[in-house]
Amino acid sequence: MRREQLLIRSIQFGLVAILFGAWWFVTHSSQKLMLLLPRPELVWREMQLLWSSGRLWSAATITVTEIVKAYVIAVVAGILVGFLVTRSRNLVRIFEPMLAGMFAIPLTLFFPLFVVFFGIGPDSKVAYAATYSFFPIALNTIAGFSSVDELYLRAVRSMGASSVQQFRYVYLPGALPVTLTGLRIGFFICIASVLGGETLAAAAGVGKSIALSAELMETARLYAWIAFVVLASVMLNLLALAAETRSERE
Amino acid sequence: MEGAVDAASPMIAIDHVSMTFVGREASQTVVALDDVSLKIRQGEFVCLLGPSGCGKSTLLAIIGGMLKATAGSVIVGGTAVNGPRPNDMAYVFQESTLLPWYTVLDNFRLALKFQGIDDASWRDRAMHALSAVDMTQFANHYPKQLSGGMKQRINLARGLCVGTNVLLLDEPFAALDEQTRMVLGEDLSMLLARTGKTIVFVTHSLAEAVFLADRIVVMTARPGKIKAEINVPHPHPRSPDFMLAPEFGEIRNELYAILRDEIRATVARMREARDAAG
Repeated sequence: MRREQLLIRSIQFGLVAILFGAWWFVTHSSQKLMLLLPRPELVWREMQLLWSSGRLWSAATITVTEIVKAYVIAVVAGILVGFLVTRSRNLVRIFEPMLAGMFAIPLTLFFPLFVVFFGIGPDSKVAYAATYSFFPIALNTIAGFSSVDELYLRAVRSMGASSVQQFRYVYLPGALPVTLTGLRIGFFICIASVLGGETLAAAAGVGKSIALSAELMETARLYAWIAFVVLASVMLNLLALAAETRSERE
Repeated sequence: MEGAVDAASPMIAIDHVSMTFVGREASQTVVALDDVSLKIRQGEFVCLLGPSGCGKSTLLAIIGGMLKATAGSVIVGGTAVNGPRPNDMAYVFQESTLLPWYTVLDNFRLALKFQGIDDASWRDRAMHALSAVDMTQFANHYPKQLSGGMKQRINLARGLCVGTNVLLLDEPFAALDEQTRMVLGEDLSMLLARTGKTIVFVTHSLAEAVFLADRIVVMTARPGKIKAEINVPHPHPRSPDFMLAPEFGEIRNELYAILRDEIRATVARMREARDAAG
């Protein structure tokens, strides 16, 4: 089992290494692509520059603040709405299809509206990302609470469980796994929405910097920004995976 | 137990109980129980036997206070039943109701906690009940790590652990294979001979009813009424040898003769319903 794991990991790293090798090879064997695909070492130098000049930090601070604000709003609203809707079967029948239908619409279409309502500053990104990530969280909370088997509730009622105890020992742990999945999906939608929104219309932030570098054809800087986002995403994903395996084990 | 019980008064008194489930349309309204009266003595093991859909589980739920009868009353231990009475009656369901997100031991802890027992004694009581069904080595397992038979064994132990005078069992072995249910039936007979609890056991298995019960109450197809009552005068605990005794076969055949018409009626009704739906 462990040896197999090792093999899989080395194949995965090997593929990434081949990708980098190809990048290096292509950019060193021909000058034609220089403008669209800068050499790796140029991108690396830009990354160091962004890091040391503090531009990375000022942009990241704005973006991360937006993400955190939007996510907190989405989590609180999504869980609250999801929980309230599951208080009655009829409410679920009314709201679940509506929420699912709204989530199916690409909300990117409405981003310009958010800018009109909330301005070019961080608020429009926060509102947009909070709205978008609200849906998967609310939907999974509904699914989570609906998935709790009525039989368990009947059983603990026969044992004399109070309504608080029914909630604490049956409803909450029963709904948790599906709800957590919603929280994870919502988190990645939140990040994507903030960054996407910034590239479309923003005064500052990581997404804005990426869009600006592209407009100015500063491709090495563009790739440097992207590289930072990729690194951050990989780390977040690993963190999320680790948290999930831990909660599964419990 | 609330209220004094003298030896003469029954542990459970079911008095003219009827139950109607009202559907959205008149055709969906079902009379599940029609004027059922039954008295169960303290320490008696009574099986409710009948074709599927005869309302035997409904009657059990009404005794346990999980359902409210449309008419009539149930008195347990001298007090009318108006809802679950966890200190008087324990309920074991057809499917495992061990909460899957807790270990076996935690399930016992919670059952006692819900009942209001929140002191240090819970662990001893839980382990004692688990040892009665020979499951102590699984105390720290999660339900999903156990087989169906093991889970029902533990559900039974949980029902015993809470120390009620009355135990209500709703087809607890129905989801198990025949060999497992035979073994569990033997165990149950052994256990109950020791505890002296009053037991109401719902089943549709003739052999199970004869093997376990002091008295078998046969119910009719819908609407459920009591059709016959048959005593099984054989002392507990019963060994598997009892199943080979001529007495066992006689009672079983007698039951089958009584039930045959009811089973046919049920099958005919199911066919009708299917034709109507199709």
